[in-house]
Amino acid sequence: MDVLRISTAGSVDDGKSTLIGRLLYDTHSLTQDQLHALEVASERRGLDSMDLSLFTDGLTAEREQGITIDVAHIYFSTENRKFIIADTPGHVEYTRNMITGASNSQVAVILIDARHGVVEQSRRHYFITSLLRIEQVVVCVNKMDLVDYEEQRYYEIASEFQELRSAFGFEGQQVQFIPASALKGDNIVHKSDKMSWYEGPSLLSFLQQVQVKKDEEQLARFPVQWINRPKEGEFRDYRGYSGKVASGDFQPGDQIVVLNSGQRSTITSIDTMDGQLKVAKAGESVTLVLKDDIDISRGDLIVKENELPEGKRQFASTLCWLDKEPLNRAGKYILQHGHFRTLAKLENINYLTDPQTLKKRDDVDTLRLNDIAQVHFKTAGPVYTDSFEKNKANGSFILIDPQTNATVGVGFAS
Amino acid sequence: MEKYIDNHPKALENEAIYIIREVAAQFEKPVLLFSGGKDSITLVRLAQKAFYPAPVPFPLLHIDTGHNFPETIEFRDRLVKEAGLKLIVRHVQDTIDRKNIKEETGKYASRNMLQTTTLLDSIEEFGFDACIGGARRDEEKARAKERIFSVRDDFGQWNAKDQRPELFDILNGRIHKGENVRVFPISNWTELDVWHYIQKEKLEIPSIYYSHQRDTFVRDGMIWPFSDFVTVDEDEKIEQRTVRFRTVGDMSCTAAVASEASDIQTIIDEIRSAIISERGARMDDKRSEAAMENRKKEGYF
Repeated sequence: MDVLRISTAGSVDDGKSTLIGRLLYDTHSLTQDQLHALEVASERRGLDSMDLSLFTDGLTAEREQGITIDVAHIYFSTENRKFIIADTPGHVEYTRNMITGASNSQVAVILIDARHGVVEQSRRHYFITSLLRIEQVVVCVNKMDLVDYEEQRYYEIASEFQELRSAFGFEGQQVQFIPASALKGDNIVHKSDKMSWYEGPSLLSFLQQVQVKKDEEQLARFPVQWINRPKEGEFRDYRGYSGKVASGDFQPGDQIVVLNSGQRSTITSIDTMDGQLKVAKAGESVTLVLKDDIDISRGDLIVKENELPEGKRQFASTLCWLDKEPLNRAGKYILQHGHFRTLAKLENINYLTDPQTLKKRDDVDTLRLNDIAQVHFKTAGPVYTDSFEKNKANGSFILIDPQTNATVGVGFAS
Repeated sequence: MEKYIDNHPKALENEAIYIIREVAAQFEKPVLLFSGGKDSITLVRLAQKAFYPAPVPFPLLHIDTGHNFPETIEFRDRLVKEAGLKLIVRHVQDTIDRKNIKEETGKYASRNMLQTTTLLDSIEEFGFDACIGGARRDEEKARAKERIFSVRDDFGQWNAKDQRPELFDILNGRIHKGENVRVFPISNWTELDVWHYIQKEKLEIPSIYYSHQRDTFVRDGMIWPFSDFVTVDEDEKIEQRTVRFRTVGDMSCTAAVASEASDIQTIIDEIRSAIISERGARMDDKRSEAAMENRKKEGYF
């Protein structure tokens, strides 16, 4: 059984939460008591019909205001696939929560209100979706019932979106357009009989068959997470290096190099409690045992001999600022790449991109909440990134404020 | 031979092991919150896998309300002994005695709220900086909002409106002294994922999860276990029924389901066709629309 991770995006009131409620309702994923709780909550708010969005807007503050503040994770499965949906907020002030939800997803569903067409948040969210290099995008033109299921309106919006695509999209990104009404259930689970002009799949049938690329096809990267040394008992002399394969794969016999030290060795075995593996693939949590007794610690990166990344103390990256406090140009931040932490200073802000106007501004001296900019870093220790474009797992990092401990930024190595 | 299909997504196990290792690496004094229920039993197995062949490098903590099912306690002690784990038990009764707390009264009285006090006291007593819990996002709408690493302030409180961003699988466990982090390695598992895992790993679970005969009474349309911890009205007749429990909480706030299921596969089939959710049998969640969120804000599991 495989898992597909999806995130929803779109402006406030585009009906994201309703869409998820509809997916659950029409796939019979809601139980009687959950439905009953929804009915009671809807009635309490004086609504005539059941408000499906109340299922995902779980916080009191969200229900009071009828908005989504933070990501809700929703689960359902069909015959052969388990779906994890991150329902993300639409408000611009909660964009950082949208990024949290989208960063782990393989498919982005962007909702657009058929009455309003492409608005600022559609642009921003598609911009972020592309920044995160999410390859599968569904543009769901929602609330088609409110424009009389009109074919022409749908194509207007689709062509409006195509313009965005030529501005922000990237090669290899697939975009599927679906006209829908989450409220009425058109083209969400079941194909609508009101839009015979649309020949594509319903949202669910698209999600059921979509194929996503695996990180296995990239260069092998193994960030050392934990040194396994039992020190006593039967495994007294055991020394293993635990971690999750970030990308590519490793096999016993592979000649490896440990970064930063540059020491070389050979993998003798790949251990798990369920036995040794012939191959460890991207995403698998394993323990590597090496032929030589060399000095390795958490934060080191194990790679294959002929696939070395370059260690850099100065590098360019895209940075998304996630903190309410603006960037302190004089301050130092902790950069965390995989399990490696080092101090970092922002040397330069090359330019900031405004997703609304597409304009690049090079007159900025700091970054504020939700700003996205091209920057230049200087770090205390060498960072072994790949470009995010080539390798998501080894191309991303976060910034931590050493005073507040908050995660203040996310970076994508160029 | 019983037909067995591996329905557990392996990706979830890999993710959970990754998170548990991250706790051991980033924190000085982690602890695993153990209730004796299926989710915490699953966590124990995942922790064993994370550190194999070394032993689990942190203890388990059980907050004992004194209202447990005796089967759970018996199971807990056996598991800890067989697996060679370290167990710390702290009792709600001691908190009540020490702080001179008035217990809830009435027919819905439970020690659920008091558990939080005992938990926060234990965190302070031992200086735990990370508490690994078995909460899942699919259980309840407030839990659906929780991060993997969820920071709590010095008072154990959760600030739901201002959570740390959590990007990709990069976890930031940096905290100030006095704060702690609640960690949820099986956030992305559903009830069925847990059962499929128990089946695949052949994990032992307390006997009350399987069908058995028990003295029960019906209240608010649900079947309640009869025990010394509940006050039964005159019109609530105590009868023996064939039941099992879907979730293990206190005897005072966990309802049973009528069931003949005596093996994991039958339990799985039963959950698949169930029309009531798992937490539908938890009285503690039903107190109000935001019952879970309010308890979480105060430091509940």
